[in-house]
Amino acid sequence: MSFIDTIVQGVLLGSLYALFAAGLSLVFGIMRLVNLAHGDLIVLAAFLLLVLVTGLGLHPFLAALVAAPLMFGAGWALQYVLLNRTLGKDVLPPLLVTFGLSIVIQNSLLEGFSADSRRISAGALETASIGFGPVTVGFMPLLGFLSAVAVIVGLNLLIYRSAIGRAFRATSDDAVTAGLMGIRPQRIFAMATGLAMVVVTIAALYLGTRANFDPTAGPARLIYAFEAVIIGGLGSLWGTLAGGVILGVAQTLGAAVNPEWQILAGHLAFLAVLLIKPRGLFPRAVD
Amino acid sequence: MSLLQLESVSKRFGALTVADEISFSVGEGEALGIIGPNGAGKSTLFNLITGNIAADRGTIRFGGADVTRAPPMARCLYGMGRTFQIPQPFEKLTVFENLLVAGSFGAQRSEAGAYDRCAGILADTGLLDKANVPAGRLSLLQRKRLELARALATEPRLLLLDEIAGGLTEAECRALVATIRAIHAKGVAVIWIEHVLHALTSVVERLLVLNFGRVIGIGAPTDIMASRNVREIYLGIEV
Repeated sequence: MSFIDTIVQGVLLGSLYALFAAGLSLVFGIMRLVNLAHGDLIVLAAFLLLVLVTGLGLHPFLAALVAAPLMFGAGWALQYVLLNRTLGKDVLPPLLVTFGLSIVIQNSLLEGFSADSRRISAGALETASIGFGPVTVGFMPLLGFLSAVAVIVGLNLLIYRSAIGRAFRATSDDAVTAGLMGIRPQRIFAMATGLAMVVVTIAALYLGTRANFDPTAGPARLIYAFEAVIIGGLGSLWGTLAGGVILGVAQTLGAAVNPEWQILAGHLAFLAVLLIKPRGLFPRAVD
Repeated sequence: MSLLQLESVSKRFGALTVADEISFSVGEGEALGIIGPNGAGKSTLFNLITGNIAADRGTIRFGGADVTRAPPMARCLYGMGRTFQIPQPFEKLTVFENLLVAGSFGAQRSEAGAYDRCAGILADTGLLDKANVPAGRLSLLQRKRLELARALATEPRLLLLDEIAGGLTEAECRALVATIRAIHAKGVAVIWIEHVLHALTSVVERLLVLNFGRVIGIGAPTDIMASRNVREIYLGIEV
């Protein structure tokens, strides 16, 4: 029974990693931009939620509703004003600029909030749980899993069934030709990053209510997000969910053997996938 | 008043002058053919008109507005549609989605409006049975048709065709010419770069001859083809 429980907890943890990864995957898929500040943006959103919850006394879910449009605006502006200038044939400028951004965010958060570990209180929901036969599942982790699935379904619908989604794919395919079709690639990119920041806000909600975070927690989140994207295969959002789940299950299995092995087991699973299927389990992108 | 007007448009790449004081105009609903040897600057001229390359000097007016500094997407919204010599479909999108992108953004149509309009264009260009095929899997003729269909989906007032008949069989070429004539008959102005002269002259009212980035003749096709200068430069005939 404890084996099934371990797997279930792993799946739930993995869905959080998938939430970390979905925004990263979206931005990379549309503009081939690797955002090294992605993890720090998640932590930034978690601090924004913390301020809304402790400062204004909002419930975390309400705070996320307030924070989502703010983060969308911040992402839009970040892309339009700064990151669009770094896009081009050379892959180095976006890496350097987002790496710099990562340092700026970490240090600003350290200045503003000190290095203390924080947590967003979700009240009674934190300890609420639901029993499924022999397995008991926490309410928040379960909601996180359902949110991750909803985010993936929502993004897929948006990308494959809407006019803006077609513009995303057309611009990703050929930005110059997209311009000739009346599309402004810079705005499409800004929209994509804005959208990624909404997903980041959702990820921050479950990160902040599930575990402690501090201003330097971003890079580790980025690593998990990267691993989930790569395990799943570039360009496939369902693959990203699967990648997150594989990572989460490997970590809880490792922790079940020896608590010290949790992180290591996750990385080993990632390396194993890279060895067996270097392009990920469900690759979509051909390039 | 003319729809498109170029005044002394020039462009240099280093020491190479690819457009040298080019001036001409195209009226509303007119069809103009452009001929010239390879490397004469024909495609560059299209890039200058659509804004993919910025002119060093001169002015480009479209529909009365100065568009010399306007980005390609703005010119598309003003009503310029363009096909590429080497088709550039959005390969991962289906044929229909390629058109929908052009219809929703280029022609600013609602989702339902774009669906109807684009389905009609697919039928007109003979691509209806390929609607749900990813554009990357099309044959050359189908890609050329898609280029045309996608440009039409932006609902242009001026259609720029870059060697769209090149590489096609005689029958394919005839079918394409019929499609282009039908588009032109609806009042869309056309500028057509083409080496397949009989296809070109069966549609256009005037011919412009380009050589080394310079306009060396513009006028009725019969006059142009009779011109000694053109025959020497373009057809390579010693007369």
